[in-house]
Amino acid sequence: MTYLSLAPTTTRPREHLLSLRGITKRFGAVRALSGVDLDVYSGEVVALVGDNGAGKSTLVKILSGVHPHDGGTVTFGGNPVTIATPTHARDLGIETVYQDLSLCDNLDVVSNLWLGRELRRNGVVDEVEMEQRSWTLLRELSARIASVRLPVASLSGGQRQTVAIARSLIGEPSILILDEPTAALGVAQTAEVLNLIERLRERGLGVIIVSHNIADVQAVADRIVVLRLGRNNGNFRVAEVTSEVIIAAITGATDNSISHPGVPA
Amino acid sequence: MSAGDLADESNNKALPGAMRSLAGRLRGGDLGSLPVVLGLIVICIVFQLLNPTFLSSINLVNLTMQSAAVGIMSIGIVLVLLLGEIDLSVGSVSGLSSAILAVGFAQLGLPLPLVLLASLAAGAAVGLVFGLIRTLFGVPSFVITLGGLLGILGLQLFVLGKTKSINIPFDSLVVQFGQQWFLPPWASYTLVGLVVFVVAFGQVSLTRRREAAGLTSTSIAAICAGSLGLLAILGIAVWYLNLSRGVGAPFALFLALAALLQFFLTRTRWGKSVYAVGGNVEAARRAGIRVNRVYISVFVLCSMFAALGGLLAAARAASATSSSGGSDTNLNAIAAAVIGGTSLFGGRGSTLSAVLGILVIMSINSGLALLFVESYVQYIVTGAVLLLAVIIDSISRRSRAASGRA
Repeated sequence: MTYLSLAPTTTRPREHLLSLRGITKRFGAVRALSGVDLDVYSGEVVALVGDNGAGKSTLVKILSGVHPHDGGTVTFGGNPVTIATPTHARDLGIETVYQDLSLCDNLDVVSNLWLGRELRRNGVVDEVEMEQRSWTLLRELSARIASVRLPVASLSGGQRQTVAIARSLIGEPSILILDEPTAALGVAQTAEVLNLIERLRERGLGVIIVSHNIADVQAVADRIVVLRLGRNNGNFRVAEVTSEVIIAAITGATDNSISHPGVPA
Repeated sequence: MSAGDLADESNNKALPGAMRSLAGRLRGGDLGSLPVVLGLIVICIVFQLLNPTFLSSINLVNLTMQSAAVGIMSIGIVLVLLLGEIDLSVGSVSGLSSAILAVGFAQLGLPLPLVLLASLAAGAAVGLVFGLIRTLFGVPSFVITLGGLLGILGLQLFVLGKTKSINIPFDSLVVQFGQQWFLPPWASYTLVGLVVFVVAFGQVSLTRRREAAGLTSTSIAAICAGSLGLLAILGIAVWYLNLSRGVGAPFALFLALAALLQFFLTRTRWGKSVYAVGGNVEAARRAGIRVNRVYISVFVLCSMFAALGGLLAAARAASATSSSGGSDTNLNAIAAAVIGGTSLFGGRGSTLSAVLGILVIMSINSGLALLFVESYVQYIVTGAVLLLAVIIDSISRRSRAASGRA
């Protein structure tokens, strides 16, 4: 099949983690998604781009279990699934980092990382083990965080994003969805987060980033999937595409004119 | 192996580092118990200068005895404040529980354990109803518990029936506990020793584990110094109280409950989730915490603490009346938690604030009473102190936000 050629070509074997085919979703009279396809492989960063109302958020919510899909098939790890609840998504191994990061500002980094799944020892929370593992994880991600015992409110935007991403890794997911990870970040902080995303790819995760920022997407993604008005409107390998082409696909200047290998005619 | 978190300044427990991080925290608006401790010292100095009997052993023993009942209610308030909620009904719940004790035990002659259990169960039921209404309908707790305040006052009057005031026999166990039981000196010193030993032992084993895990750890010397300091403070306090009647059983119970609850708050998953829900409900929910259960458990506990406070108040007064738990009981319990430093905005505070806050309020009451000032002054002064505490809370919240520690 054509779209298999889009699988990242490197020496490591890639696993076809997630495959969506003809996904539809309606909210009353509004067709939010009409027949969207998406593939994610391990060790691959897929950018999901599109204008407001293109269906990015709806697609993310279907994957993270907030809304069930109406039609089409979701295949995860080779098995067809319906992601019913956020917990179900998490159990499958799909973690989502929302744009608001969902951190508790009053708690320190360790507490936030382990929130809801604290390690225990003799019935009480095991702070030592959690702190040690937090440092290990943050080091693996080359995160620049001076203290894990300060409230996260005292961290910079990039550090907060790092904590939120690190937290999603604690459950060892195979797919990580990042919703606008670089929105509202400065230049240096954006670079920090983009580095982190590279590291996630090295760990073999399938990463989906939703973004408005074409420059960031081109810097970090392997593949760009464009949505427009609830349909696929382009599926590009980053190395082979210019930002003009991407923007044309987003705005609809090139409606269906690009070859979309992932979309059946 | 060198420490795995050498960069972690907040874990630098060597003295200069500790001083630096403390100064940084204070500048950042993370005041903790500091304002209330300073306030307590100022209050003590002022009243002692005005009336030298204020700091006498006899007066301080009285003060601790007055603190126990409302202090226990205040522990419950700390819990609901941690969630960013409020419970205005604790006074009424304590009154209801007083009434159940008096009617059940003194009037109907039911066995004491049964009556005590019934009072606590009534408290738990009230809290359950509040928690269910809060989680099912999303009604603000301010309104729910305002309704509770009135409704439960009605229930209290119903339980009391036509008798407006019921005396509890003076020689009964419950009144003896509330009025007459004091820890014998040997027991009080043993308890102090035990507490210091447990704290020190816990810290030493923690620091051993941190060392083994390659994390920065407190030096044994620092732990020794801290433990000796704790021993000195507790030892001197107990020695001074023992100069007259000593440490009252209700006050000891209050301190034990505060310590126990603080342990649960900081060392269990439930406690962590209370702080998390108070900090960011949506984040807590997304982290898989069953938020509704946290709300319900906290409202149940708060009302149970209120019921227990009511039992102790009735025991100390040896009676229950239609005005038990009325007047300023409710507001003192809430004011104590806030004065002690628990934030009204949720997510910040500890049960220590109930202890310190109630000591401030009762010191003001006692100090003004010793000066034979009329009671209206007492209300005005307590109100002013509460406002001051809330202002400190708001300012420190603002400076936390300014220094990025909101």
